[in-house]
Amino acid sequence: MLQTLLNSESAAEADRILTICNACRYCEGHCAVFPAMTQRLAFTPADLGYFANLCHNCGSCYHHCQYADPHEFDVNVPRSMADLRLDTYEAAAWPRFLGRSFQNNGVWTALLTVVALVVFQLAAAAFIDPAVLFGNHGGNFYAVLSHNVMVTVFGAVSLFVLAAIVIGMLRFWRLIGAPPVKEIGLRDVAQAVHDAMTLKYMGGGADLGCTYPEEAPSKLRRLFHHLTFYGFLLCFAATSVGTLYHYGFGWVAPYGYFSLPKILGIVGGIGLVAGPLGLIYLKRRVAAPVNTEATRKLDAGLLVLLLLTGLSGLALTALRGTDLLGFFLMLHLGLVMGLFLAMPYGKFIHGFYRIQALVGYALEQRRGTRVIGAAAAPPQRQAAE
Amino acid sequence: MTRGDLQTAFDVLVIGGGNAGLSAAIVAAEGGRRVCILEGAPRFYRGGNSRHTRNLRGMHDAPTPVLTDAYPEEEYYQDLLRVTKGKTTEKLARIAIRGSQDSVPWLEARGVRFQKALSGTLHLGRTNAFYLGGGKALVNALYRHAERLGVVVHYEAPVESVHLDGDTCRGVTVRFAGSLATLGARDFTAQSVVFAAGGFQANIPWLKESWGAAADNFIIRGTPYNRGAVLKQLLDQGVAQVADPQACHAVAIDGRAPQYDGGIATRVDCVSLGVVVNERAERFYDEGEDFWPKRYAIWGRLVAAQPNQIGHVLIDHKAIGLFMPTIFPPERADSIEALAGKIGLDPQRLTKTVADYNAAVRDGRFDHTELDDCHTEGLAPPKTHWARRLDTPPYYAYTLKPGITFTYLGVAIDECARVLMADGRPSANMFAAGEIMAGNVLGEGYLAGIGMTIGGVFGRIAGEGAAAHAANAA
Repeated sequence: MLQTLLNSESAAEADRILTICNACRYCEGHCAVFPAMTQRLAFTPADLGYFANLCHNCGSCYHHCQYADPHEFDVNVPRSMADLRLDTYEAAAWPRFLGRSFQNNGVWTALLTVVALVVFQLAAAAFIDPAVLFGNHGGNFYAVLSHNVMVTVFGAVSLFVLAAIVIGMLRFWRLIGAPPVKEIGLRDVAQAVHDAMTLKYMGGGADLGCTYPEEAPSKLRRLFHHLTFYGFLLCFAATSVGTLYHYGFGWVAPYGYFSLPKILGIVGGIGLVAGPLGLIYLKRRVAAPVNTEATRKLDAGLLVLLLLTGLSGLALTALRGTDLLGFFLMLHLGLVMGLFLAMPYGKFIHGFYRIQALVGYALEQRRGTRVIGAAAAPPQRQAAE
Repeated sequence: MTRGDLQTAFDVLVIGGGNAGLSAAIVAAEGGRRVCILEGAPRFYRGGNSRHTRNLRGMHDAPTPVLTDAYPEEEYYQDLLRVTKGKTTEKLARIAIRGSQDSVPWLEARGVRFQKALSGTLHLGRTNAFYLGGGKALVNALYRHAERLGVVVHYEAPVESVHLDGDTCRGVTVRFAGSLATLGARDFTAQSVVFAAGGFQANIPWLKESWGAAADNFIIRGTPYNRGAVLKQLLDQGVAQVADPQACHAVAIDGRAPQYDGGIATRVDCVSLGVVVNERAERFYDEGEDFWPKRYAIWGRLVAAQPNQIGHVLIDHKAIGLFMPTIFPPERADSIEALAGKIGLDPQRLTKTVADYNAAVRDGRFDHTELDDCHTEGLAPPKTHWARRLDTPPYYAYTLKPGITFTYLGVAIDECARVLMADGRPSANMFAAGEIMAGNVLGEGYLAGIGMTIGGVFGRIAGEGAAAHAANAA
């Protein structure tokens, strides 16, 4: 199991490729990977792991590469970065043994989700009176599952997931040889969050978008990613506002269609359906070898899970006045639980490491010199001395 | 594609699908003509040398979003006069220079994007506009645009023969190759023909006609498809010739570069920081004559003149970090003697050469960003700038070979990009653009980015002329 990137084969291949890139540099305008690369004469595995998490897999540098396959140099930065990115996820995961899940992520995500679904349905069957489970409660799902039970179950899981993500982030920070956190400025974080929230590096470096899914530039991927991410964020906000209503104001659900939690949830849910559908569609149209089988499965796992979560949430909202409330509630909660549990062990984690890498990038650009990777082993190439 | 549905009659035929050919094809198609591009290479290698380029040199009187300050016509022309030592055609050179003002907006309107600011080492932000993603991104964008306009593109379609009837081109014969070889030979006809098929640098036997056996040691920086078959057809059939067959853009590159298509990544940018010796361990030229971006294009020829066309650049530890990283690691040793062993030179002679050089160095204030005062005295040849003693181990060596970018021998043209016949009259329907005619402007030397300028400007002129002729003829 990978605990550092020193013995990563993907890192060795990334080193080979980026050594060619660093002598060429034609792609320097596309994204953050290349300006970060040009701050170095040679690369440590930590440097490469950092680059891998700056890469958004937009494909521009592949389609514009004079050295791509069939050229004998066989330069393919996006695929190499995708490969190595997976290794960084695995190496940073907590607890460590769960890092293995990244290698066959589609299967693990599906399994986890199915288990969560089954558990919820079995628990419902065991503990909830069928008359209650299949009754019409006028949209009040607390009649099916009490608020306290929901809060307890999801609260406990959230704490674990939060711990796993935070420990993963600390490990990732060490993995890429980043400096002590005190060296980061607020503006570096602001820059990184801005670049991540706007998906700056899915733009190909200009106004036309990135070369995804094909050689012609397109803005579709950024649009669908925005729908997915902001859809998720709105759903998260809906839950948060609901919690505030409950504990802060004593306003207990169900809320009307035009209440804030509902509006946030419905709009967010639509984003969570449209976004993943669009991304899945685009992903299926990618013909160029810019990723690997393992990363395709990783992406697909999260997209399908988000899509199902969005669909089940919308179905629950639409059917909550019927006898199907209990069934869809348990279905939705099972999917949300699967999504939660998969967060530290699936594609979802990319957002956290991406922002960390972008913070490092902002810091490096501000200082005008290599900062990330410096805390790890020195480069191997002689010329770098 | 089957035998039946292959369209072979067009208004305008464009031979060669690089920057120049694409520019011509797009202009002609925008003028409403039916256009076909015949590209000799497979799709991946399409675009000839354009796929290895990075920028164009653009005249401008005021700052633009992609070019700083100003680069007026006269300064541009004087730069050209200096590198060509006067071997240019002023009329055509000024057309290229003035036309370059329109190049950036013209390309941007057709999907090409430029970098806003430039990092990197060439310091060309004032004179050169850099394509975002490099030349292949430009080539991709122009093909997309051409295809949207309905231009028919055939890959693996090298022209085998050009059919001339006096000063008129009746058509060409294509011998389909590679995956399309089953299509065999096909005749294509058109009202006008634009020749944009590049130089003959990948044709080693042809290079040997002027270079002799030395050409066997040349590395070709671009694709193996630039063999000059079309150029030869034209010159053999009474088209006027320009430039010396030896004239070419040649740089000294890493000797381990692949025989073809190594492109930019094989550059070695530390010549001005060290000393260069030949196989006899002797220095042969002033390594610090001028800034590297102004001198890189003479070193190919300098190395080509050495025994076995080999040079070795030696640097010491002080130079590390001051030049672009290289694709292959250098040889390294803790003494000059040991380094000589690694690169196959006589250790005593190399030690003496370095000792003589070290003894001649006059201390100054080293500054690689300006023409500093670190130089040698009493040494032949001298090193006039950036001369520092090689005294700090480890020592490093890169072996250099001549890397040929493109040849200048070409067809003569007039201001309308019409091909001139040997008697000086313009052809009725033949036009030329790009490296096949760059020798009209570049008789010698090179100015970074001017190849793309010449190709783009004369490509557009050729496309316009070809479209107009085809419209009149129809």
